[in-house]
Amino acid sequence: MSVEIQSLDPRINRLGLHTHEPGSPDTLPPHDHWGTYQVFHQKKRGDRHTAVGIVHAPGAELAMAYAKEQFGRRGETANLWVVDTRHVMALDYADQDMFATTPEKSYRDPGGYKVNDKIDAYREKMSHEHTP
Amino acid sequence: MYGGGYIPKEEARKAVVNDDPEMLAAFEERVARGEKVEPRDWMPTEYRRQLIRMIEQHAHSDIIGALPEGTWITRAPGFRRKLALMAKVQDEVGHAQLLYSAAETLGKSREAMINDLINGKSKYSNVFNYPAKTWADVAVIGFLIDAAAIVNQVANSKGSYGPYCRALERICYEESFHLKQGHSVFVYLATGTPLQRSMLQDALNRWWKPIMHFFGPSDEMSEHTLTLMKWKVKMATNDDMRQQFLSLYVPKIQELGLSLPDAELRKDPDSGKWLFGDPDWAEFFAVIRGNGPCNAERLAVRKAAEVNGAWVRKALQQADARYVTPLA
Repeated sequence: MSVEIQSLDPRINRLGLHTHEPGSPDTLPPHDHWGTYQVFHQKKRGDRHTAVGIVHAPGAELAMAYAKEQFGRRGETANLWVVDTRHVMALDYADQDMFATTPEKSYRDPGGYKVNDKIDAYREKMSHEHTP
Repeated sequence: MYGGGYIPKEEARKAVVNDDPEMLAAFEERVARGEKVEPRDWMPTEYRRQLIRMIEQHAHSDIIGALPEGTWITRAPGFRRKLALMAKVQDEVGHAQLLYSAAETLGKSREAMINDLINGKSKYSNVFNYPAKTWADVAVIGFLIDAAAIVNQVANSKGSYGPYCRALERICYEESFHLKQGHSVFVYLATGTPLQRSMLQDALNRWWKPIMHFFGPSDEMSEHTLTLMKWKVKMATNDDMRQQFLSLYVPKIQELGLSLPDAELRKDPDSGKWLFGDPDWAEFFAVIRGNGPCNAERLAVRKAAEVNGAWVRKALQQADARYVTPLA
């Protein structure tokens, strides 16, 4: 049986609420809270934008309003981006092994080109040759 | 703020579903190496189910937890206290938003979670089923409930599920502000007029039992519980977290000359463990089943918020919009 709620808070009493019966039909239909947007936050000018989380919104403008409130309410913020999650293409983690050999590609890194040994050996050799 | 990684007995006794043994072995190796699990990874059925249950409960606790404190915003003593309380309550709702998002990545929609909350199918922290009768309750909640929540959340932030850990990292940072402002209100009342002090002592007496309940009763160390610990879903036992909380905060209460309503509470010098009287677990279970002083009010207020906002959400709905599971 549904009973009227008696609260310590007069504002709640003014709502005239009644107890909710367990097992009653769902309050929210599917998609009632809209779709999702991915939020990217830039702390300072010159920094990169970093993915910080998501918001639910019916469109980009409201997504931005929620993003400001959720990800910009303390600390520094220079800029925010919001992107409809549908427009993000992501790799599957199951395919992570496609990158397994990249740490071994030293020919792509500055550290892969060490020549000081050669130079030292050359100078050593030269100094002997020119010594009378 | 949140109540416990407590696994109810009926959950702890469930058999673990048999998943593909090869995938399971690879998953367990990944977790043992300290690697995080990400949303679209293969994961054991039970891992997904328990994480949804836990993160969802955590989110519900934050959104319901905003209610007992929110009621004091209009009556906060002074402008700075009002600003602080508004910021704290907004943070709690923000935490719910972050946590619902983390749970959504596991495949349950936010609408489904809120429906289950309103219908009493999923739980939230028991402490929020008690009323905040005076301004001193705001001090006790902000200081001690948030402190207990931090103990729990710091443990969980080292868990294995990436999106939950990331949400908790941010949440723990904000909770430390809550704890500090709660402690400030607490100290001001404790060192204030005799009336302020007695108001605080009264609030402490009323809240001590729910605080002792916060981490839940001792865990049932079933095979199921041990599996969840191996998978880094449950990061510490309820008893260990309660001991940690008592060690950190009982001295901070006692240094202000306040008492706690448990004659048996003391630290055993030999074991270094806190001993305490029976915190009335029968009451804990009764409140979980829906028979606490404020269960009905909390759910009715939550439902009213959703129902009263429905026409706005509908008016803003766009025809081409479609729900997709968030990425992380």
